[in-house]
Amino acid sequence: MTAPTVPNSGVISADLPVLTRKDFVSDQEVRWCPGCGDYSILAQMQKMLPELHVPRENLVFISGIGCSSRFPYYVETYGFHSIHGRALTLATGLKTARPELKVFVITGDGDGLSIGGNHLLHAMRRNVDLTVVLFNNRIYGLTKGQYSPTSEFGKVTKSSPYGTTERPLNPIRIALAAGATFVARSIDRDTKHLEEVLYQAAQHKGISFVEVYQNCNIFNDGAFAAFAEKEVRQDRMVYLEHGKPLRYGKDSQNGIRLNGFTPEVVHDAASDDGLLVHNAHNQDITLANILVGMDYPDFPVPIGVFRDIDAPVFDDLVQQQVEEAIAKGRGDLAAILHSGETWVVE
Amino acid sequence: MTTETQLKPEHIIEELDRVTIRFAGDSGDGMQLTGTQFTKTAAVFGNDLATLPDFPAEIRAPTGSLPGVSGFQLSFSSSDIHTPGDRPDVLVAMNPAALKTNVADLRPGGLLIVDEDEFNATNLKKAAYPVNPLEDGSLSQYQLIPIAITRFNELALEGLPLNAKDKFRSRNFYALGLILWLYGRSMDTTIKWASEQFKRRPDILDANLRALRAGYNFGETTEMFRVQYNVAPATVEPGTYRHISGNEATALGFVAASVLSGLPLFYGSYPITPASDVLHELSKLKSFGIKTFQAEDEIAAMGATIGAAYGGHLGLTGTSGPGLALKSEALNLAVMTELPLVVIDVQRAGPSTGMPTKTEQSDLLQAMFGRNGDSFVGIVAPCTPSDCFLMAIEAARLALKYMVPVIFLSDGYVGNGSEPWRIPDVSSLPKIEWQYATEQDGEFNPYERDPTTLARPWAVPGQKGLTHRIGGLEKSGQTGDISYDPRNHHEMTLARKGRVDGMVQDIPDLEVTGPETGDLLVLGWGGTYGAITSAVEGARKRGLSVASAHLRYLNPFPGNLETVMKRYKHVLIPELNTGQLSLLVRGKFMVDAIPFNKISGQPFKISEIEGKIDEVLGLRGPYTIEFGQSSVLSGG
Repeated sequence: MTAPTVPNSGVISADLPVLTRKDFVSDQEVRWCPGCGDYSILAQMQKMLPELHVPRENLVFISGIGCSSRFPYYVETYGFHSIHGRALTLATGLKTARPELKVFVITGDGDGLSIGGNHLLHAMRRNVDLTVVLFNNRIYGLTKGQYSPTSEFGKVTKSSPYGTTERPLNPIRIALAAGATFVARSIDRDTKHLEEVLYQAAQHKGISFVEVYQNCNIFNDGAFAAFAEKEVRQDRMVYLEHGKPLRYGKDSQNGIRLNGFTPEVVHDAASDDGLLVHNAHNQDITLANILVGMDYPDFPVPIGVFRDIDAPVFDDLVQQQVEEAIAKGRGDLAAILHSGETWVVE
Repeated sequence: MTTETQLKPEHIIEELDRVTIRFAGDSGDGMQLTGTQFTKTAAVFGNDLATLPDFPAEIRAPTGSLPGVSGFQLSFSSSDIHTPGDRPDVLVAMNPAALKTNVADLRPGGLLIVDEDEFNATNLKKAAYPVNPLEDGSLSQYQLIPIAITRFNELALEGLPLNAKDKFRSRNFYALGLILWLYGRSMDTTIKWASEQFKRRPDILDANLRALRAGYNFGETTEMFRVQYNVAPATVEPGTYRHISGNEATALGFVAASVLSGLPLFYGSYPITPASDVLHELSKLKSFGIKTFQAEDEIAAMGATIGAAYGGHLGLTGTSGPGLALKSEALNLAVMTELPLVVIDVQRAGPSTGMPTKTEQSDLLQAMFGRNGDSFVGIVAPCTPSDCFLMAIEAARLALKYMVPVIFLSDGYVGNGSEPWRIPDVSSLPKIEWQYATEQDGEFNPYERDPTTLARPWAVPGQKGLTHRIGGLEKSGQTGDISYDPRNHHEMTLARKGRVDGMVQDIPDLEVTGPETGDLLVLGWGGTYGAITSAVEGARKRGLSVASAHLRYLNPFPGNLETVMKRYKHVLIPELNTGQLSLLVRGKFMVDAIPFNKISGQPFKISEIEGKIDEVLGLRGPYTIEFGQSSVLSGG
């Protein structure tokens, strides 16, 4: 008798399927509130998926609990709506067992940073090959309006009528600190940017983490409006591009420079000289950490890819150890049962 | 090389049926090694045997202190035995703390061998002995044999290029040599083992073997022992045997399940006493295609196992009671999504952290009911260390055939205990049936159940035409779409229950040992098997009408359980908890079962069950368990 091999497992096809956005729309009625930012994220994801040229059956969406976590029902792939905070644990198990699959994790600021915070850290440090999209609306929507771990200090909500007494977490800073190899931020309203960032994240080998600023028009409407409205966006957000100086403004007239470890705004910078040049491939996270500290109104809000580096991938390493062990001789059940000291009774 | 036992004419050889020895010393004294080596020697000789290792929870308690005492008890016999013995016939105490924590268990008249050199002022103080117990007559009910083990061992090692500390560490080999002589056993097994174990440290090997021979020769030449004992080989079934612990057998059982099913095994676990050994064993066996995952916590281990099962692997996680509590929400997700996986629970004592290194059977109700909603899982329980192998295969077989999570309820006594095991022929092992859903073009219904097993189809990512969504929300039968329909929820709950209840068709009937009808049935489950079986055998030898039966399937119960119970005037259920199986049996079958409970972290003694049997049959007044004073084996 021989040891088992990995069953079936659709190996990612050499004949790249030609699929369209429609192929990724499931028959389920979308139940988010009208006007929710989630619609945009779903639409950009469905537009982007055909670009991956992966057969639908090799794609899996796994979510936790919360408004965002309804996402898998609406995508025509394999989908698993799990329990609060634990999507990453299922995804890690699935990806470890079946490294050939392409696995997305859909989570929110409550699901991913509160109840599931521990798993987020460990999936990142392990560098499991997953694409994690965290919908950050800075509020608990499904439970109808309590503050979340990303809610601003002092925010008045249903569970904080006198204002919160808690400081918020910054998801990007957490991702950088935990060693995520791809870290990005985008926003529901900038659909083109969002689709591009999702694509880059999906192409990354190892863990990719995308924070999406997402408006909850019922319980936290306008959370990002101050800098994300179309009219002010270019003046109040800075788009990070690898190898390029940080410039923003309607005519890209403004820039960011460093004074020691402190960023400074340069108004009407005529030349790129002295401006901070973005390097997403830096192993060191110091620069990314400085960028993540920039926030409106003192600075433009950075969006784009903060970090994109190569590192050994957990599920590949696990697979490799198994393959190397098998290459030395497949396990034999009778032999292992007879291992150690044995004696015969006649 | 061989060692011959040459008896001096003045030594009398006394034949014994069974001997129980306990080695006790400081954690650093190597008592587990001494016990294990003697066990192997007895096993190779052909004795039946059972062991009970017992070590402190503290990894390195202060040397010579009471909490630092480590013990190893073994019982070996010329006939079939089921437990490591109630009370030792021989106690080897390597220091005062070991004496203090163990001597209460030694049977009166038993042999008490102590290292008298260690009974100095410092050690006596650490063990809270105001006066030296070797000198005050307090041990007069035992055959006290004080031996200068430390000094004699030093003399034997004189001239070796080792420091005093390393020489001191060989004392356990001296003690082992002495006990091997006392029972007329060869040193060969130990010499062979040590030669392999210390092949890179020839200086240590030399010291240990010299110590071993010195101890052996001391027994032979001294006038101290008048009698030498012989325990003849037991009559056992022919075959190839090995020694196996419950946790090893558990790991091998799931390896076998993987091979028999042709499904790769995924083991997700978080380290926890006393289940970690399963993780250690499985993480070595990558050549079987096994992937092990040490998760960041118990919940992640459960979640990852669900992910692997969803991906078409044989999903397995392992833990102990507190970990099962943490896993319960995620386990319920597997119940709801109807994915096949197994959860090992090596039970330990007490609520919360409790007593991690002590045994108990107090997770039965947690396994049965410890989840929100009406939630049904299969439950199996091995009853001896080697039974873990077969029950692991059973757990996997049922999980895969019925698409249901199964809890494998082991316990610290079964998991850490060991016994000789007749290695089964691989071709004799049960078949494991499973199937993935069939790939198709049309609409796929992930909750369309098999009419016989009520199992839903197992459609795994990568399979064409079967893309579907599942989750923890209630689902519509057939389509699996989210449903809040009242009637649907009612029916789905009954289907989830029916699927587990229906496994009764697929599990063996409860077997009875003893008369088919009579005065008393002693019903047990899990690690109490040995004590119950021995006590009931003893009762029958005394002419009493007593039978025993042991449940290895707890959900569902075997189909004949009710009729079996009703054939006896009384049903007695001994359990290491406050009466969990009794509660289930009374509630389900309205049988007036008599609970007999012990919650001390220790296994039952045979005599305790005998006492209760006699009480139930009216042969004595009320029986109560007497707890010895602060013994190591009672949690010192």
